Amino acid sequence: MAVSNLVKQFGRFAALRGVSAEFAPGRLYAILGDNGAGKTTLLRTVAGLARPTRGTVTLLGSNEIRAVCHRIGYMAHPSLLYDEMTGMENLRYFASLYGVADDRRCADAIRAVKLDPGLERPVGQYSQGMRQRMSLARALLNDPEILLLDEPFSNVDIHSAQEMVGLLAAMRKSGKTIFVVTHQATLLENVADEFVWMDAGQIVKRTQQLAVST
Amino acid sequence: MNKAPNITAATLVKDIRLEWRSKDAINAMLFFSLLVVVIFSFAFDPRAEESRQIVGGLVWVAFLFAAVVALNQTWARELRNQVLDAYRVSPAPANSIFLAKALGNFLFVVILEGLMTPLFVVFYNLRALGPVWQMVPVAALGTWALVVNGTFFSAMSLRTRSREIMLPLLLFPISIPALLAMVRATSAVLTGEESTSFWIALLVAYDVVFTIVSLFLFETVLQAE
Repeated sequence: MAVSNLVKQFGRFAALRGVSAEFAPGRLYAILGDNGAGKTTLLRTVAGLARPTRGTVTLLGSNEIRAVCHRIGYMAHPSLLYDEMTGMENLRYFASLYGVADDRRCADAIRAVKLDPGLERPVGQYSQGMRQRMSLARALLNDPEILLLDEPFSNVDIHSAQEMVGLLAAMRKSGKTIFVVTHQATLLENVADEFVWMDAGQIVKRTQQLAVST
Repeated sequence: MNKAPNITAATLVKDIRLEWRSKDAINAMLFFSLLVVVIFSFAFDPRAEESRQIVGGLVWVAFLFAAVVALNQTWARELRNQVLDAYRVSPAPANSIFLAKALGNFLFVVILEGLMTPLFVVFYNLRALGPVWQMVPVAALGTWALVVNGTFFSAMSLRTRSREIMLPLLLFPISIPALLAMVRATSAVLTGEESTSFWIALLVAYDVVFTIVSLFLFETVLQAE
């Protein structure tokens, strides 16, 4: 993945100010920075949810995100799930959007995040941690090559967060490229290949270790 | 493989399931329509000959206002937990979700019409003097006209601050030709004084034009920030 001179403006406010960077495949990147640094905007722009004011995003060899969106998984801060439906019903529906009509794939995605596919409760009655994990399962449905995760550990207890980190490490090992926007960088200390620091809409440094920059 | 019909079907089933569990739209529509039936039955003498002339307008205005309630719900559901973003990042075609939403709204409004029509007949002592079967194409085409535009404009007003107000402001003016055709065709069936064929042809043309335009423009509306 590469971004070149990426600018994103909301009215007069520039959320991204000429971000240029290249990211190698099969690595886990932790994107860090204060609130308003542009982390989520960068992720949303790469996911195709926000159109850049200027600049380009190149994903899997294409400048056209729609052409490769079936190879990307996206998890946002909100769950992107229907509260009134069960986890399995949610995943069945979202799988259909990717042309996946396979209940086993949905059940496997739910099991991968350590939840029970047979759970009859609607997602609205899940705990925050369960909802986050179900949201991750949704992002994994299409077996993506690139995974974009926005605050996957927020409001999640430490045990669940550590389980999710373990899962991310396993996915990185299987060759997926993972971008994690987070404020809980220490969780990724031993897992992330690189820490990308953002401030005021720009990437200000990239480090191999968390401690160097804190 | 063409996935679009499968995605439309899956989205339609999902919407029916959500409505079945919440009953948000159907309850609000029923309550509103019942109110109109009861209040207007007090406002004028329903046994009078004139009721045949005015009930066509009354019925369709009641259904239009009630439909707006369902139409406002249709996308609001997708905003909770930002579920619409999950659709936007997927390779699913925009037209599939639009068609599913329009079909779902059509179904909900048709159910409302099916439940409310007997009440209108009883409360306003209606006996049609023209061919009653012609109400079937009039109702089907008219309802589609309302929901196809309503689904489109509801999506358009999704990100505006006062979307509940914006939808009627956009929908009502553009629905005037269809409403006129529905009212005149209904009055024609009730009074038996004129043919409905012109009004049905007008509704067919209106539906074809607005369905094509909505399908053509919906991708832009869905991907708008």
